[in-house]
Amino acid sequence: MSKIFTEAQFSVVNRSIQKVDGKALVEGKPVFTDDFEIPGALIVKILRSPHAHALIKSIDTSEASKLKGVACVLTYKDVPHTIYTRAGQGYPEPSPYDAFVLDRKVRYVGDAVAIIAAESEQIAEEAMKIIKVEYEVLPAIIDYEHAMDENAPVIHDEPEISGAYDSKHNIASHYEMKLGDVDMELAKCDYVVEGTYYTPNQSHAMMEPHGALSYFDPNGRLTVITSTQVPFHARRILKRIFGVNCRVIKPRIGGGFGGKQAILVEPYVVAVTLKTRKPAKCIYTREETMTASNTRHAMRFNVRVGATKDGKLQVMDLRGLSNTGAYGEHSLTVFMVAGSKTLPLYNKIKAVRFVGDIVYSNTEPAGAFRGYGAPQGLFGLDSALDELAHKMGIDPIEFKLKNSIREGETSPIFRIMGEGREGVEQIIKSCKIEECAIEGAKQFRWYEKRKLPRIDKKKKIAHGYGVAFAMQGSSIPAIDMGGATIKMNDDGTFNLLIGATDLGTGSDTILAQIAAEVLHTTVSKIIVYSSDTDMTPFDKGAYASSTTYVSGNAVKHAAEKMTFEIIKAAAEILKKPVDTLKLDDDSVISDDGERINFSDIQTQLFYTFNQRQLEVTESFVSEVSPPPYLVSFAEVEIDLETGKVKVIDFLNYIDCGVTINPVLARGQVEGASAQAIGMALFEDHIFDKNGRIVTNDFFTYKIPARGDIMKIEVKFAESYEPTGPFGAKSVSEIGMDTPGPAIANAIFDAIGVRMKRLPIKSEDLFFEIRKKGLDG
Amino acid sequence: MKVEFKVDEKIHSVEIEPGEMLIETLRRLGYKGVKHACSTASCGSCSVQLDGKAVLSCTTFTAAVDGHDIKTVEAFSANGLSPIQEALLEEGGSQCGFCIPGFVVTAENLLEENPDPTEKEILDYLKGNLCRCTGYESQTRAVLKAAKERRTK
Repeated sequence: MSKIFTEAQFSVVNRSIQKVDGKALVEGKPVFTDDFEIPGALIVKILRSPHAHALIKSIDTSEASKLKGVACVLTYKDVPHTIYTRAGQGYPEPSPYDAFVLDRKVRYVGDAVAIIAAESEQIAEEAMKIIKVEYEVLPAIIDYEHAMDENAPVIHDEPEISGAYDSKHNIASHYEMKLGDVDMELAKCDYVVEGTYYTPNQSHAMMEPHGALSYFDPNGRLTVITSTQVPFHARRILKRIFGVNCRVIKPRIGGGFGGKQAILVEPYVVAVTLKTRKPAKCIYTREETMTASNTRHAMRFNVRVGATKDGKLQVMDLRGLSNTGAYGEHSLTVFMVAGSKTLPLYNKIKAVRFVGDIVYSNTEPAGAFRGYGAPQGLFGLDSALDELAHKMGIDPIEFKLKNSIREGETSPIFRIMGEGREGVEQIIKSCKIEECAIEGAKQFRWYEKRKLPRIDKKKKIAHGYGVAFAMQGSSIPAIDMGGATIKMNDDGTFNLLIGATDLGTGSDTILAQIAAEVLHTTVSKIIVYSSDTDMTPFDKGAYASSTTYVSGNAVKHAAEKMTFEIIKAAAEILKKPVDTLKLDDDSVISDDGERINFSDIQTQLFYTFNQRQLEVTESFVSEVSPPPYLVSFAEVEIDLETGKVKVIDFLNYIDCGVTINPVLARGQVEGASAQAIGMALFEDHIFDKNGRIVTNDFFTYKIPARGDIMKIEVKFAESYEPTGPFGAKSVSEIGMDTPGPAIANAIFDAIGVRMKRLPIKSEDLFFEIRKKGLDG
Repeated sequence: MKVEFKVDEKIHSVEIEPGEMLIETLRRLGYKGVKHACSTASCGSCSVQLDGKAVLSCTTFTAAVDGHDIKTVEAFSANGLSPIQEALLEEGGSQCGFCIPGFVVTAENLLEENPDPTEKEILDYLKGNLCRCTGYESQTRAVLKAAKERRTK
């Protein structure tokens, strides 16, 4: 029942309403964590390990503690020795419990050694310098490909660890699935491609560094204001660590991209506030945000794909190794998503295998990052399919389209692979991948461009054209829940209280649009308050492409329930049967034209008639996770004298269902494209021999700047997902998946060189150009 | 030491530490629109105008602005949103919003100097203002729109 809705049928949804928090943001209002001033707040600094792997033999804080203005210096001896995972996921988390607030052992350069709280930043830094630490330096694993070597040092030998697969061999998690006989089917294939592909430990590099602030409110309730994507998970984990229940408030967030789906700074400020009873604030420096928070899981995939000469893809075989760094947050689930959000795209195969280990190493911990494994998995898979098509002499669009999933179909992988456990069966109800590929090719002028000469010997440049196909999901089905409360006011406005966490995406706005659409009102009458664990209903938080879909459905259900309550009240007031009434333009109208507005209804209910407050709460958990689909086209220009790659045009054609807010949806795709082009071409972390990240600021870690990317385009397919709120699916993550393979495929198209490691550095490409003799 | 300078038309006379950076002084005075994102003069989030010219407050000594005139983002919406701010809202050019104050301050400078910039001129002028959310496309659209709006005013 794929029904296409046109704009005319919606009055608020599918409109580019301005962000409800937009005005405050463009005016520079004090809305971020660091902007909140609590009088007398102590400034918290963290002493960090200079060693990648070491035991603290002794730590002497006596001099530092005596310094005037120092409130406390806390070491592993002073904080609860409670093991937990920093991952902000549904409980019980599928990530190993392997982290302490502070431990006697440090596991990467940047691991926390001591917490210093002082009256000023200068005093805290002064105190930090005079803490005396004696380390017993241990052998370290800097290259994760050696984590499972014989005699490799054991990173997690703490007896308290739980949930890790084989910590004695540095394996945080392990996963394997297979369907059919991969080797037998590969033997039957006419064409086989095999390759090993690498993706890097990209930094989120959100503009707002990590930070948190804690204090006791006047009634003695511990309160934490924090730049988090997961306020409710933060509250639960803080309770686990400290045994104290608290209120977690999420103000505006200066970007997260998954980096703030972990519990990082909160325990440090809470430890100080509990110890001193004073407010405490900790804002990470850029260097800490770069080197001591989390990154994307670097992965290596050995990929084998095989097809028969009729153009049918028969086999996909992915064997992976993922680096979770010093701690195992999101280790299993990110790895699984590398398969579960890529493989179902090609559902007509005979055999598939997805297997691998997620290993510890003495590097900055990895965590959640936009795409959550899918960009890593897809880079290898889509690159290999591109090569396979080339080998077969088929256009890659034709090959991928022929073998990809369609509406009404399913993939057995949906059921086999979930997040940390089995998934759920689902039939695809909306899939416009054909439109994305065919219309996208037209707009990109794919076939015309692919006929153009690629190499211009005179100008010493080459042009190439690549395509990549992607899917993602919308929510973690049967696990993650979102709630919404709607309260009616006597001025005809509604409070929309949601735990959903707007981290800059605009979710407050699109959720207000959904409520306004149902309630026949305008966004200006919906007062959104989001993410305060004492004030708003639970929501899993902002991750897994779930806010529009899960929280959106919760809001829609709440608004529908509110509609019922309003009509019931109007029926009592107007003395008319319920079924003769409906909502219209901030009012209830009857069949015979009588009208009473929302303001009058709630005013009467407050003061004079059947007195009550209209308020409803609804929750939503999805049974399915409808994938959005994306086909992206890249045009690159390669400087044959330097190997520098320029993205001339990057066209995205996406099926994300109905866009609740087209301008915001477009922004999600544009931003994801840029972030992924960064991962594909620029963003590279360099370690020194001791495991210290040298690239610890925006000078040395190059994120795309203005003008680095020539053009990013976004086109939306007409699509309607029947299970989504007003036909919507997710949009925020999928754009991260395609640039890596699309650019690598375009480079191959240009000069016949297959780059299998991201980022594709100009010097690496230059050597390949040289080998081919294309440089002169 | 004591310095005196004007911020958004208000005169401040403040005691500062030697070596204190302007960003710290401004934030201490309550100008929270000045954002701390990198401290290494590489992201543009802390941009303010010094005598009408955008500078990075994270690498400007407060001592150096004694007797000078500072404008933060707040100055540009004193009488309602400026065309750039309006256009950012319309085009979705502000997602998380953290880079926006610095962007607004610099873009105002651009349009003062060049009321009709090309796309390339916009990209070049604002190259020092990093944004991780938007991929820059919507911000370019916003500046073009704001330029047009300003010209027709």
